[in-house]
Amino acid sequence: MKLKKYMTLGVEKFFWLCAILSLLALLLILGFLLKEGLPPLFSIGFKSFLLGQRWKPLEETFGIFPMIVATVTATAGAILLGGFIGLFTALFLAEVASPKAARLIRPLIQLLAGIPSVVFGFFGLVLIVPWIANRFGGPGNSLLATILILSVMILPTLASISETALRAVPQEYREGSLALGASPMETLFKVTLPAAKNGIIAAFVLGIGRAVGETMAVVLVCGNRPQIPQSLLDPIRPMTSTIAMEMSYSSGLHQEALFAIGVILLIFIVALNLSVNYILRGNKDL
Amino acid sequence: MKRKVTEIILRFLLWSCTLLTIAILFLILGYVFFQGLPHINLRFLTTSYAPGLGLEGVWSMIIGTLALMGLTLLVSVPAGIFAAIYLSEYAKPSRFLSLLRFSIECLAGIPSILYGLFGFTFFVVFLKLQFSLLSGALTLAIMILPLLIRTTEETLQSVPDSFREGSLALGANRLVTLFRIVLPSAIPGILTAVILSMGRIIGETAAVYYTAGTVPQVPLSTAESTRTLAVHLYFLAKEGLDQGQAFAAAAILILLIAALNLAAQGTANYFNRRLTGK
Amino acid sequence: MKTYGKTQVLSSSIKRLSLLGLAAIMLMGTLGCSKTAPGDSAALQQQTAKETAAAQTILQVNGSTSVEKLMTMLSDRYTAKNPGVSLQIQAPGSSAGIKAVHDGNAQIGMSSRELKGDELTWGLKETVIAYDGIAVVVHPSNPVKDLTTEQVNAIFSGKITNWKEFGGADQEILLVIREAGSGTRDAFEEIVKLFEEKDGKKVSTIAEDRAIIADSTNAITQNVSGKESAIGYVSLGSLNTSSTIPLKLNGVECTADNIKNKSYAISRPFLLLTQGTPSAEVQPVLDYILSADGQALVTEEKFIPVQ
Repeated sequence: MKLKKYMTLGVEKFFWLCAILSLLALLLILGFLLKEGLPPLFSIGFKSFLLGQRWKPLEETFGIFPMIVATVTATAGAILLGGFIGLFTALFLAEVASPKAARLIRPLIQLLAGIPSVVFGFFGLVLIVPWIANRFGGPGNSLLATILILSVMILPTLASISETALRAVPQEYREGSLALGASPMETLFKVTLPAAKNGIIAAFVLGIGRAVGETMAVVLVCGNRPQIPQSLLDPIRPMTSTIAMEMSYSSGLHQEALFAIGVILLIFIVALNLSVNYILRGNKDL
Repeated sequence: MKRKVTEIILRFLLWSCTLLTIAILFLILGYVFFQGLPHINLRFLTTSYAPGLGLEGVWSMIIGTLALMGLTLLVSVPAGIFAAIYLSEYAKPSRFLSLLRFSIECLAGIPSILYGLFGFTFFVVFLKLQFSLLSGALTLAIMILPLLIRTTEETLQSVPDSFREGSLALGANRLVTLFRIVLPSAIPGILTAVILSMGRIIGETAAVYYTAGTVPQVPLSTAESTRTLAVHLYFLAKEGLDQGQAFAAAAILILLIAALNLAAQGTANYFNRRLTGK
Repeated sequence: MKTYGKTQVLSSSIKRLSLLGLAAIMLMGTLGCSKTAPGDSAALQQQTAKETAAAQTILQVNGSTSVEKLMTMLSDRYTAKNPGVSLQIQAPGSSAGIKAVHDGNAQIGMSSRELKGDELTWGLKETVIAYDGIAVVVHPSNPVKDLTTEQVNAIFSGKITNWKEFGGADQEILLVIREAGSGTRDAFEEIVKLFEEKDGKKVSTIAEDRAIIADSTNAITQNVSGKESAIGYVSLGSLNTSSTIPLKLNGVECTADNIKNKSYAISRPFLLLTQGTPSAEVQPVLDYILSADGQALVTEEKFIPVQ
């Protein structure tokens, strides 16, 4: 009997261990990236690194402000466009489509999520970039091209997670609203959607994370010019793209600076999650 | 009248957004298959890659991809499920729990290129695991852990409490209840999480490239390096070695993901039917 | 009790399913081994030899993505003759390869750029195994076919910004270049004199603020082939003449022969690196690559042999 009790306790401890693995992993990642990326941040100087306008690694001028602007604008654009389409697709699947249609469409959206980034990148470079160049002028590799590609890439994440959130809304909500004389669309947008708010916000956070972190596709379509874009048609260079592109040939301080960009990206992600937690939970348990 | 117009516009938007999503998928699939399928044949699928001997097939990449996927799932699926069990069945609200949840959320948001750099500096260099299947699998395991935990936890929470109470009332202890009653009812949800993870593993480039390496060989042990289809595709695309082969590799990759999706979906449906007794 | 019965069915079906999965994998394995195309038994024998022979000597090779395919081909041929040796070729990039040799994690490094900075002090021995020509390419519809080195310089430094100056269309020139540090870019800047001395340091004079920056040879090709006003430079080994047109430089065509006889100037070396003198295991590999056999393969792959 005693043995059984110890075993139960042991299994519980084992579950706990698995649960704190994530925390350990995060600390390890933080530790190792900080170890590589913090020293160059100090030797370059936080202010000139974060606010510097020029990125000339071979002249040891490391300013990533244009990259921060690029990452933020591209992500914002993608989340507006991809978020809109993704959310409406989710609403359609969860509330409007027949169960049969939903069963047919859902795997297609999962398939879209499984297509490798490089394929999206090439698709963008060969079809979308020349189209933008011919239709709107400019080089084609641009903020606009990046936003379009990112929107498509984050769409499946947004759609499937939002759909799950919408389906979790109790049926009584809808029935109550309809019984009160609201139309199906009013019920959908005024009752169901607000009720699924938290899950949808979580979907958007994941979407933002993916857009900020996407590399292999973006590097092919963004143009990689380290300059603050003045219009949608200007080339941009997001942070991830710089790391991926320059890692293979860089050496010395240049390579360390790339790790420092990694640290800034990490801070971005942590700050994003912190602020969302703050918004969702109010000030309660932070 | 105005109400009616809004109604129609909203309906139109819902339909058109969904159709747009599907259209984009088919546009990309069409583009890849149109250029890639003509280059796929049995020889391409069943020979390994040794260009010096005139062999340019993807057999070893297919096996490498499946091996990496298998090892990653072997590590992360149990860890993810047990973590989810702890979070949903045992943990009591506390500051530490919020910290755990927060770290899971952060892990989910870390860019894959940073996973690659971390995997390289930690597993490959610091732990001296070299470029190997194991380095790659451990890195990817951390990367897909949040997805597994979150999805499994959600499914566990959707298992009605009456199941647990019934089992406990019949005298089964907590663990027995968990493994005999709660987990089996959560299998379809867990499978969905596994499907999504498989897609991420197979399609991943940056995190694999810096950890599992690029040697085009069938890995005979976890200490050997291998090249996945996605990394091979990246090489072909990057150096422009052979456009046709690149698209063929992309097409195989997408077909592989589709096949796995279908298989897992079928399995999930099978369990669903069993569970609902229909 | 009813639920219990159901879960029993479940657990047995899990077992059955996992068996099924195992069977499927085994079936796939046997199919893969047995279904082989007829007619290349020799090559396939070598393939099986490659997969099954327990190599006594394993050499770690690490470095440039651009050198990777050539090196893989050379290694395939070498190990076919020396089944006791296996070369594990990793391609995370030139810098990583150079560092791996220095740290002792690899016996051979591959680089598609010259060593620089600290790397020069690490006591690495360089062996040039091939040269890679660099072609200046434009869109097929561009009427400009021939430029002088000075004109190329003027274009890339942003002094001349319109194709009509060279008899082309009245169109702004779009530069497509590689990232800072790239071997192709280093060599291009060196020969076309797109640099100036500043405090004892070489500083690029390419007009980056007017350029599109691409991360690879093929990305440059795709960018140039998609835009009529573009000009870029790519490795001769990966030149795609159906979607881009290589320009003549000072009236000389970019071909392997012209680079060998030095009438076309832009090229970069492909280097293999060892820590100090190559070991007894590494030397035969280098010897093979520099032999007539190895260099014939270099030529076949549109690179320029060293002799």
